Amino acid sequence: MGSIQLEGVRKSFGDVQVIPPLDLSIEDGEFVVFVGPSGCGKSTLLRLIAGLEDATEGHIRIDGRDATDLPPARRGLAMVFQSYALYPHMSVRKNIEFPLKMAGMERSEKDRRVDHAARILNLADYIDRRPGQLSGGQRQRVAIGRAIVREPSAFLFDEPLSNLDAALRVGMRMEISELHKELATTMVYVTHDQVEAMTMADKIVVLRAGNVEQVGSPLELYRTPRNTFVAGFIGSPTMNLIEGAEAARHDAATIGIRPEHVVVGEGPWTGRVGVAEHLGSDTFVHVHETGLAETVTVRVNGDIPVEHGDQIALGPQPDKLHRFDAAGLRVA
Amino acid sequence: MARAITPRRKVINTALAWFLGLLIFFPILWTVITSFKTEAEAIADPPSLFLFDWTLENYGIVQERSGYFRFFLNSVIISVGSTLLGLLIAIPAAWSMAFVPGKRTKDVLMWMLSTKMLPAVGVLVPIYLISRDLGLLDSLWALVVILMLINLPIIVWMLYTYFKEIPGEILEAARMDGADLRSEVLYVLLPMAVPGIASTVLLNIILAWNEAFWTLNLTAAKAAPLTAFIASYSSPEGLFYAKLSAASIMAIAPILVMGWFSQKQLVSGLTFGAVK
Repeated sequence: MGSIQLEGVRKSFGDVQVIPPLDLSIEDGEFVVFVGPSGCGKSTLLRLIAGLEDATEGHIRIDGRDATDLPPARRGLAMVFQSYALYPHMSVRKNIEFPLKMAGMERSEKDRRVDHAARILNLADYIDRRPGQLSGGQRQRVAIGRAIVREPSAFLFDEPLSNLDAALRVGMRMEISELHKELATTMVYVTHDQVEAMTMADKIVVLRAGNVEQVGSPLELYRTPRNTFVAGFIGSPTMNLIEGAEAARHDAATIGIRPEHVVVGEGPWTGRVGVAEHLGSDTFVHVHETGLAETVTVRVNGDIPVEHGDQIALGPQPDKLHRFDAAGLRVA
Repeated sequence: MARAITPRRKVINTALAWFLGLLIFFPILWTVITSFKTEAEAIADPPSLFLFDWTLENYGIVQERSGYFRFFLNSVIISVGSTLLGLLIAIPAAWSMAFVPGKRTKDVLMWMLSTKMLPAVGVLVPIYLISRDLGLLDSLWALVVILMLINLPIIVWMLYTYFKEIPGEILEAARMDGADLRSEVLYVLLPMAVPGIASTVLLNIILAWNEAFWTLNLTAAKAAPLTAFIASYSSPEGLFYAKLSAASIMAIAPILVMGWFSQKQLVSGLTFGAVK
């Protein structure tokens, strides 16, 4: 019902090619996240799917139908914008009702759907207020409500949580995930935050400069990143990437080891503690003068008594070591 | 802390502001006062400011002689008509410039505004001849169209600057919600742009109401608006300052009243873009 296929989709703005020819398949009901650094083309890709931008080349199929030349209104999709894009001159009810009004729906059906959406999203108390009288989180819910009532084939989210404060972001993240489980509708979600990607996605698409670097489940990307870019992008704090003699010892141009896979106190590596970040639940230790890289970051469960200037021994878990060749690609 | 203003400074500033205000307003004030004088008083030397016999006879004579209402109606038709027609054309133009700009959009806008730099008298002869040959002299419709064309650059420019303030994402959301172009403009864009449109309408009604060059040259009896009404009192018969003043006040009173009630809107409309 909500499958999306991108075949050879290319996008240029004038002479600048933003997305080289790209193939991507999104299955019905999947929660797919486009993630990548700023300017990587993830929002552009979303807008191409939505129909807000025209593809320079290629085809976009929605539910098997060629939607490449269809305007946004006819693609059966709904979008939630980063800035919410609510209609400031309409009440919450009228905002949520607008797509149904455009569809020429009957009053009774309109009211039923709006009330249903308001109930799911806890908006019943604000239904007659204007967007200007709502908080950021409430506005975001209205934007989602406006998308839900359309009962679309797929939802498109363009960095919807970027404008919310940290605590609200965590709560909304869970609400969106629960919504996905409840509605079982395809969701395509754009974010630059890899934590959102890891926690919400069935499938992650990592993008860089318009290129798809890797497509896979969150754990696939975590355990077997295809190249150094994906390795460094997924996971927080970022994976330690080490070149030179130590890498050569493992038959690779670059080796990678995640901070959580380095054992403190014993091992072949030594260094001096720079900054130790004590979070209570974890400690992040940034180690210098290892001879491996400028900084090696280590994550330790709980709290350990290290201080700036301490000498420390580090041991990478050998089965968690990643190896990459000179081109940055994963070596088996 | 902000610069402290002493009470003495405040008094001086206020007095200065009043003085400048009165200086600028004085011609209108003088016209009002003159309209209540007899003709003899009007040309008396030295002229008196308040100490004379106030009379309403000039207003009576002017009304009797010329039939104010007909001119008033023509002014209303021309200014409101040209403004509404201008809006009809300018809204799509401003929409495309604001939301789908191309490489040349700024150039087109500048070119449109540059047409206002041409002295009207430069095109008087061709436009007069065309109007005459099309049988459009002394026609309200011709005036509505010509005044619309004259003010169109301003209407487009003002609407363009207002539309640019509207976040494009809101219109995109409307598109995603199933709105076609007509619905997008009608239900989303225009309601959001109401303050801007109101300012534009007010300003253009004033500009069209006061427009004297074309209204005097292209009208005779039927389509003559209030500008012609005033002009008819600067006649070869002689200078009838008192009656001329009365006629002038009758012509500008409606627009002064309208401007007074909408001054907040007008000021915000003309200055909103000044501070980002």
